[in-house]
This record gives sequence, C-alpha cells and structure tokens, in this order.
Amino acid sequence: MCLAIPGRIVEIDGDEAVLDYGGATRRASLLLVPGAKVGDAALVHAGFAIQILGDEDAGKLMDILAEVETP
Amino acid sequence: MNAGVEALRREIAARADGLPDTVVMEVCGTHTHAMRRYGIRQLLPGNIRLVSGPGCPVCVTDGRDLARALWLAGQRNVTLCSFGDMLRVPCGKESLLSLAAKGARVRVVVSPLEALQLARAEPRRAIVYFGVGFETTAPLTAALVDQAGRQSIPNLSVLSVHKTMPEAVRTLMRSGARVDALLCPGHVAAVAGAEAFRFVPEELRLPAAVSGFEAEEMLLALAALMGMLRAKKPGLVNAYPRAAAPYGNPAALALLEGVFEPRAANWRGLGEIPASGLALRGEYAGFDAEKRFDIPLTDVPEPAGCRCADVLRGLLEPPECPLFGSACAPQSPVGACMVSSEGACAAHYAYGRDL
Repeated sequence: MCLAIPGRIVEIDGDEAVLDYGGATRRASLLLVPGAKVGDAALVHAGFAIQILGDEDAGKLMDILAEVETP
Repeated sequence: MNAGVEALRREIAARADGLPDTVVMEVCGTHTHAMRRYGIRQLLPGNIRLVSGPGCPVCVTDGRDLARALWLAGQRNVTLCSFGDMLRVPCGKESLLSLAAKGARVRVVVSPLEALQLARAEPRRAIVYFGVGFETTAPLTAALVDQAGRQSIPNLSVLSVHKTMPEAVRTLMRSGARVDALLCPGHVAAVAGAEAFRFVPEELRLPAAVSGFEAEEMLLALAALMGMLRAKKPGLVNAYPRAAAPYGNPAALALLEGVFEPRAANWRGLGEIPASGLALRGEYAGFDAEKRFDIPLTDVPEPAGCRCADVLRGLLEPPECPLFGSACAPQSPVGACMVSSEGACAAHYAYGRDL
C-alpha cells in the first residue's frame, strides 16, 4: 500500500503534472507538493506526488555507512 | 551478484560477526514484499534474523472496521471506493468482493481523487471512500476531503481506518516483543520525516534505520543497524535521505493535521492502541461516513486456526501457521496476511516457501 514510484515531472497543468517513468507517462496530483517544478524527480503514490526527491548523489553508500562506527 | 549488493553483504557479515542472535523487524508492507522478492534474508549471516511486523495496512485492518465497510457497501444507495487489495480480505463469510458479486457497488480506485470524480459523475449516489493506510496514504485522503470541501461535493464521504505507525511500534515493543533493531519504513518517513522515528533509539533504546525499498537500500540500512548494534550505540540513521527529509513533507503533514485528529484504533494482532488512528476532525463531519450513516458495530471472530495475529507481531513465521499453504493460500485466503502481496504470508507463499 505504501508503494511509491519515482518519476520525473515533464509538464505542469494547475494542480496536476505529467510525469515520465522511464518512457511511460502518467498524470499525478501535485496537491501535496506545492513547490514542484518541471524537471523535478518526484515520488508518486496512488495518484499523488508525495515528495520531491533530492539530489541523486545524496545517500551514497559510503557516506551513510560512515555515519555509524565500523567494526 | 551486483557489486553493491555483494559489498554490502560482506559489510553486514563483518559487522554482525560475534553479535548474539539478533532480530531486526521491518514494519512496512512494501519491505515485507521486497525482502522476500530480493532474498534479503539469505544474504544475512545466521545470527541475524529479519522479521515482518504490523506494516501491511490491509493485514492490520481490524475485522470490525472491515465489517463497517461491508455494511456500507451493502447499502442500496452507496458506492464504496477502495484500493483493490482490500477486496478479498475475508470478513466472516463475506468480503467486499463477494458482496460486489451479489450486486453491491464496490469500485476499485488507484487514487482517492477517483472517488471525487465519481461523486461528481453520480450526484444521486452516496460515494464513500474507504480510507486505509499509514502516514504515506492518509494525506491523500486528507487531500480528497479538502477538495470535496472546496468544491462543495455533498455526496462524498470517507470511512477512515487510517493508522499511524509510531504508537503501534511503541505498543509492540513494550508488549515484550523480542526485537533488537528496527528497519523503518521509507515512504512513511518521506511524509512524516525520518525524525518521526527518533523515539525508537531515545525511548525504546533500539537502533533504527530508515530504509528504501531496493535490495541495496535495504542492505545499506541493515548495515547501519549492525554498526549500531556492534557499537552498542542505539541511534537513528537515515539510509534513504533522497526521499525522506528529516521532517518529511510539511505540506502533506499540514493537510493531514488539518483534516484528521488522532484517536484510538483497533489493530488486528495488536488490539486497541490509543492515538494510533486518524478520525476526521469535527469541521469535516459532513464528509465523515461514521457521522453520515448509522453504521452498526459487528464483532467478526477470527477464522478458526488463523494465526495472523501472531504473524503480525513477528512471533510466528508464515509457514509455522498450520493453515499456511494448505487451507490458506492466495487463491482462497483465510487470513488477511495471505491477501495483499504485502502480507507476510502472501509474500512468503510467492517467493519463499522453500526458505
């Protein structure tokens, strides 16, 4: 139920956007992400963009692993 | 094997070496499914056990709440809109699907806003949206209610059985569950914020890591948990920072808090938990199906022999249930955990029967 899929916003029309999912396009509501812009990557769940995704470089494996002490 | 996966597998093995037998619990239906699909358990060393908790919203929906949805679907003038995975959950001798086969108007939707379109298209019918799910899904229902108010749609209402995760985790851990670390649900955190799980290390003294849903993302979070267990320093690591900001999505949370207020909720397997459910606030009473209809309360006994309650608390692995794979299978589920692909039993049946 909490399945969410990342897509890229290619068009905005009022409260709705067209998102591209690696070639397939679908519409989703932007009511929960009012600051969304064309070009943003968004996480989409049940017809709504629920979060704008950060930089793809964020969360690199080694940075996160370094947050905790290694053996 | 993917190089990242293999590197993480080795990292986990090194960090887990010498730890006592350790139980990591995940509390998200999508993790329940993904960990079996990717074979995550087989990548973990023998002393680390990954178990599923009460993370599948379909599974934790109480029989009495489901009975209220069935009662609504049975009303002549009502069309009940629901996500598809609620339809086959058994409720006594019936389900939403069996009622639909007898003529009840049950409409499967993939987005709550479809209920709004339907309400506009069929102004003479009462359209009821069955709101199920955690923090990820509840803001969508809040947006539906907010839009219905702005657009003055009088024939739309919501039956909310939405739940929130923190109180359930607290209750489960304080009930004596044997859990040593928590893999936190990334999409709940995308909305509620990674910091929503800060209470896990601070109150419960357990390491917590917010995880995404790909194999590498789950292994990364597990590696972070192993590091904290080894160091004996419970903390919160956000291993899904691309989607889960520390404080989540403020617009979604503002809508959620504007439309809903906390109330006690009944969870299959966990019982009643104070402040773990979401009810529509008084100013939205006109959109609250519980206020619009006089819905009777019906007790629904658990099916004989069904061990879903134990599976949902991580006490029982699906194959340990005597009904698993024989009386209870995805084609003819007895218990809720065998219905949704996010249920531990259905996921185990699909991917892990020999494991």
